[in-house]
Amino acid sequence: MTVPSSTPADSGKQIALRAPSALDLRELLRRNQTARAALALLLLLLYNAFFTTNFLSVGTFNANLTQVATIVIVAVGMTFVIATGGIDLSVGALMAIAGVIAPMFLREANQFGAPWIGLVLAFVAPVLITGLCGLFNGTLVTWVGLQPIIATLVLFLAGRGIAQVLVNGQLIEFRNLGSPLVAQFEFIGLGSIFGIRFQIILMAVVVAVAAWVLASTVFGRYVLATGGNESAARLAGVPVRRIKLAVYTISGLLSGLAGLIVVAINRSADPHAVGELMELDAIAAVAVGGTPLIGGQATMVGTLLGALIIQLLRFTLISHNVSDGLARIVIAIVIVVAVMLQRQRSS
Amino acid sequence: MSSLSLGYGEDQEAVRASARAIALIQRQGALIALIVLALGGWLRYGANFVSPYNIFDAFLNSNSYYALIALGMAFVIMSGGIDLSVGSVTAMSAVTAAQLSGYGLVPAAAGAIGIGLATGIVNGVLIGQFKLQSFVITLATLLAGRGMALVLSNNAPVMVDFSAGFPSLGTTRVGPVPLPVVIVAVLYLLGAILLRFTRFGRHVLAIGGNEEAARLAGVPIERTLLIVYAMSGALAGLAGALLAALSYSGSPTSAVGWELSAIAAVVVGGTLLTGGVGSVGGTLVGVLLLGLIFNALNFEQAQGVFQLNVFWENLIRGVFLLIVVVFQSRLARRLGAGAT
Repeated sequence: MTVPSSTPADSGKQIALRAPSALDLRELLRRNQTARAALALLLLLLYNAFFTTNFLSVGTFNANLTQVATIVIVAVGMTFVIATGGIDLSVGALMAIAGVIAPMFLREANQFGAPWIGLVLAFVAPVLITGLCGLFNGTLVTWVGLQPIIATLVLFLAGRGIAQVLVNGQLIEFRNLGSPLVAQFEFIGLGSIFGIRFQIILMAVVVAVAAWVLASTVFGRYVLATGGNESAARLAGVPVRRIKLAVYTISGLLSGLAGLIVVAINRSADPHAVGELMELDAIAAVAVGGTPLIGGQATMVGTLLGALIIQLLRFTLISHNVSDGLARIVIAIVIVVAVMLQRQRSS
Repeated sequence: MSSLSLGYGEDQEAVRASARAIALIQRQGALIALIVLALGGWLRYGANFVSPYNIFDAFLNSNSYYALIALGMAFVIMSGGIDLSVGSVTAMSAVTAAQLSGYGLVPAAAGAIGIGLATGIVNGVLIGQFKLQSFVITLATLLAGRGMALVLSNNAPVMVDFSAGFPSLGTTRVGPVPLPVVIVAVLYLLGAILLRFTRFGRHVLAIGGNEEAARLAGVPIERTLLIVYAMSGALAGLAGALLAALSYSGSPTSAVGWELSAIAAVVVGGTLLTGGVGSVGGTLVGVLLLGLIFNALNFEQAQGVFQLNVFWENLIRGVFLLIVVVFQSRLARRLGAGAT
């Protein structure tokens, strides 16, 4: 809100209006975290293009983007929540809930009259349920007045428990469901359109819609106003409570969608593993992308770039035989550097 | 007061008395619940529930690591911050302790505490000196700590070397009491003294209450925060040493999510997440209460009245946290002290 240059739309305008000179670019990089994230991603891509064998191939493209798609989808919801000054720790647990509920509808495919109803329910019901869980988070934050970190800690713990209890802790393998709908359901994680994996397209749509909502709708302005100065926003007539309820609900819905993709890719639902540590990946993507965790400013394109940087960094390190442990340390350092750069700008 | 006093005075007195009662429940609610649960357990499960084995080993000893982490977390939260790195630090320290266990108890424990302390100092410098948000910084050290645990252990659990006597850290007893329980008791006592009776303790609460006001009043913010995060790291390191000593191995994948359990225990104990208010004793009560629920649940299983498998654990923990925090925030609001 306070620094207009940080929204993606404005930075786009800056580039479009002026002729790109070295000075302008330097100014942009100095002031804009999203521009820095884009540059970092570009450098990573160039490095890999030269030094990683077989990097420029459809296989590598699909492999990297399929891995990052669920993180991006969850991180988009997280960006909305963080923009209001909140945080959502429950996203991974909600993914697990959606992941174990979907197979229940697949298994009972014949109970709904027509098979396609079962298929639709397998997609819609889990997402609606996690949306309700998000609404529950929002209710705790707005009506009960709990701090977001504690409010969502409740479902972080209980949500994983619900997923485990629902299936008695068992891994559900789709091939054992005996359902004719499994192949159609798995399209969300394994299908392709024109050679591009379906969840990549889904991810792109989610980011595009969210970026539009944040930058060009009243709702988006209200979200940023709520995070910028809540009491001022309330006095200015922003329905702060409704906005907060909405962002936690959006986060829940998107977590459910990501959960469906994960179980479709795995062709099984593991209540312990689905979405584990997703809250950390999503928050890291948001922070690296340039959205400050105090709220009031946000960039969806930045979140996408942040997730891509972390993914590509991990890919680069691992494909050059750096161990998983060392890769995590490097990523941690990148996160710290990103927030330090961001602080430098604001001070 | 006097039976002749007017209605207005009586009303006021009644209001004041009920406010005092609410304040007492808010501060001591967890303690009351703990006592009720313990007495209920004694009545229902009999002598086995209060046997030295159940009290000292099954209950207190197995909660000793959570207690240590929660103590450090309580100070961090009172200073207005959060420390998400403690679970990873515990794992990293457990690995370190297991690897150094061949050199004996002191080097292994010192190594574990040292690596925890070092992580805490990194957190403290970045948060205190560089003024970065505790949530993001400790999230980064959470990732880095887990990475370091994997690097140090070469991705596999490290077995403890028994030859130099390292496991005695977990098996030594002082009378009937296991050494880890004694360590926890001593450290909580020191923590309570530190918070209540030292300048450092007042500085922590002042920073958590209003950092800007504290700075203007001359509180050394950077140094105090450095000590707070260093303490949290060192205590998580000690928890790692205990974990290795009691489980005979240091696993890089252990202690996942313990930071959130510790936060839950601190909050259940009545410490407000907004900082500036809190108690060390309450934190211990929070840890014991969350632990006792599972101890009682185990006994309930043995009675065979109803069967709850291990997967109910997370669900019950979450629901319990919900009940406590909702209750607390209602009480806090009635007191006019603002929301939690």
